[in-house]
Amino acid sequence: MIMKAPKDFWSGLIFTGFGVAFVAVARNYPLGSALRMGPAYFPTLVGGLLAILGVVLIARSALSAGEAVSHIGLRALILVLGALVLFGYLLDYTGLVPAIVALVFVSSAGGHEFKWWEVAVLSVVLVILAVGIFYYGLGMPLNLGPQL
Amino acid sequence: MSDLGLFHNLILGFSVALTPMNLLYCLVGCLLGTLIGVLPGIGPLATVALLLPVTFSLGPTSALIMLAGIYYGAQYGGSTTSILVNLPGESSSVVTCLDGYQMARQGRAGPALAIAAIGSFFAGTVGTLMIALFGPPLASVALKFGAAENFSLMVLGLVMAVVMARGSVLRAVCMVLLGILFGTVGTDVNSGQYRFTLGIPELADGISIVAVALGLFGIAEIITNLELKEKREIFTNKVKGLIPTKEDMKRSWAPIIRGTVIGAALGLMPGTHAIISSFASYTLEKKLSKYPEKFGTGMIEGVAAPESANNAAAQTYFIPMLTLGIPTGAMMALMLGALMLQGIVPGPQVMTQKPDLFWGLVASMWIGNLMLVVLNLPLIGVWIKLLTLPYRFMFPAILMFCCVGCYSLNNAPVDVYMAGFFGLLGYGLAKLDCEPAPLLLGFVLGPMMEENLRRALLLSLGDPSTLVTRPISATFLGLSVIFLALVTISTIRGPKQRLAEHLKSD
Repeated sequence: MIMKAPKDFWSGLIFTGFGVAFVAVARNYPLGSALRMGPAYFPTLVGGLLAILGVVLIARSALSAGEAVSHIGLRALILVLGALVLFGYLLDYTGLVPAIVALVFVSSAGGHEFKWWEVAVLSVVLVILAVGIFYYGLGMPLNLGPQL
Repeated sequence: MSDLGLFHNLILGFSVALTPMNLLYCLVGCLLGTLIGVLPGIGPLATVALLLPVTFSLGPTSALIMLAGIYYGAQYGGSTTSILVNLPGESSSVVTCLDGYQMARQGRAGPALAIAAIGSFFAGTVGTLMIALFGPPLASVALKFGAAENFSLMVLGLVMAVVMARGSVLRAVCMVLLGILFGTVGTDVNSGQYRFTLGIPELADGISIVAVALGLFGIAEIITNLELKEKREIFTNKVKGLIPTKEDMKRSWAPIIRGTVIGAALGLMPGTHAIISSFASYTLEKKLSKYPEKFGTGMIEGVAAPESANNAAAQTYFIPMLTLGIPTGAMMALMLGALMLQGIVPGPQVMTQKPDLFWGLVASMWIGNLMLVVLNLPLIGVWIKLLTLPYRFMFPAILMFCCVGCYSLNNAPVDVYMAGFFGLLGYGLAKLDCEPAPLLLGFVLGPMMEENLRRALLLSLGDPSTLVTRPISATFLGLSVIFLALVTISTIRGPKQRLAEHLKSD
């Protein structure tokens, strides 16, 4: 594959992917006509356009040169997103306090420095803040700990 | 409209804004906004998105007053950070860094911060007056627009966002389209059909703008920041005298006025990036100065002008958003989203149907600007303390607030995962030089575009030529085409690239 502009290529691929996906899913809904646009009409129009422009980007990547993609910080990416997913999962099962502790520990591991005692203190501070603000202050319907 | 009408409206506005509760919301908004805005690595946009769920329980007027307070609080906090740490919270503060940070190094952080505050207040006052003056006539014109005109105006708004975006035009257009597609997720208003909900019940109401904004601007930002090494030099001990000298004031008043004029004018143009106004005013001062070579070494003019321009633009951005329902940037898109979450249909009718909201907001903007000057200067010591917090303590805290905020939208983890998805998408696309702002604009405007297109085609019996045969609609579309053509053949990109190079070289 001749790929002179990786940024055009990969972004084109992403855009085409989303465009095609939206058009494909929209096939399950009534299309209607220009006079009476059905639920699929507008998304098909926009998704189709996006897919075409994505292909143009891919084509362009083979023709004109562009910058390379800079280094991807995989560690931070995985740990931050992982912390987030873990938080969402734990909140319903174990309640707010364990979810925050998990979030703080996992996401901190994505940083440059990780000292156990520092992260432990930080999670205690954030638990106190969150319980104070969200549970007592704003009265959000959250469980603090696991429901036995 | 007569002057008496304006007077009348301002009285109405102040009667709304000065109720104790609204004053309190404005104050809390300004304080929270500054508090979070001061923290480097979290921009005004993420700040507003982070605090958006807190305003859900308030009425529309109070919610908007508080959000506006958060917005300029965060802006102001960003200037503080750029002067003290040389770390701009957002691109528009980049210019302030040039001379502000140098002043701080010379032990003159106090006067720099004070002049920034005074300039911002003056600019904010002028900007607010401009909203009061230009809002009503603009809205009365827009009230005559039909569905076709509205659709074309939205196209123009999106094109302006594309024109001003950094990097490739084609990729920015794709970001807008992708945003529009995400905007269609949820229940179709006409048929009640669920679209693209993937069987997730919480998505029936559509993807929450909070999750999108926090993902794109909060979480993606954290991941990007973690790649960079932490390097900060803070001049905290050197903030002693706050009061600018007579000489400082003498040198600053004219730049403040010029900056205000530039910012207010540029802010009116849809799609202009805040950095354009601050950069334009900085360049002008440099040209007018007797000592242009000294700029960048701690000239107070170099703080006064861009800060005023920045803040004037920040106010006049509200004009197209409030009167036409067209956001001029990611921040106004978020504000528009907040309005819609409160059940208000954005557009010119807001002013006539909800005068208390419009004028209350206008009055509260001025009060908020006043609060910032009065409160923040004495509180600078507190903000400096915050600046000494290392990023490794801050990002888990920001992440925690993002997560709880998202969870609270539906009391379900779906929105947390959604924010994660948009964080991943935003990070990946940013790596590919795709700016997230056009996506957010498309996301907010998408559903309204569909609705207007549908109505326009219904009225024209399915004939799409209605968009180009109605003169006003044709004008908007024509302008869109011209702008897109211009930017593609890169006549506009010249100055923008020079700007980028200039900033890089500094």
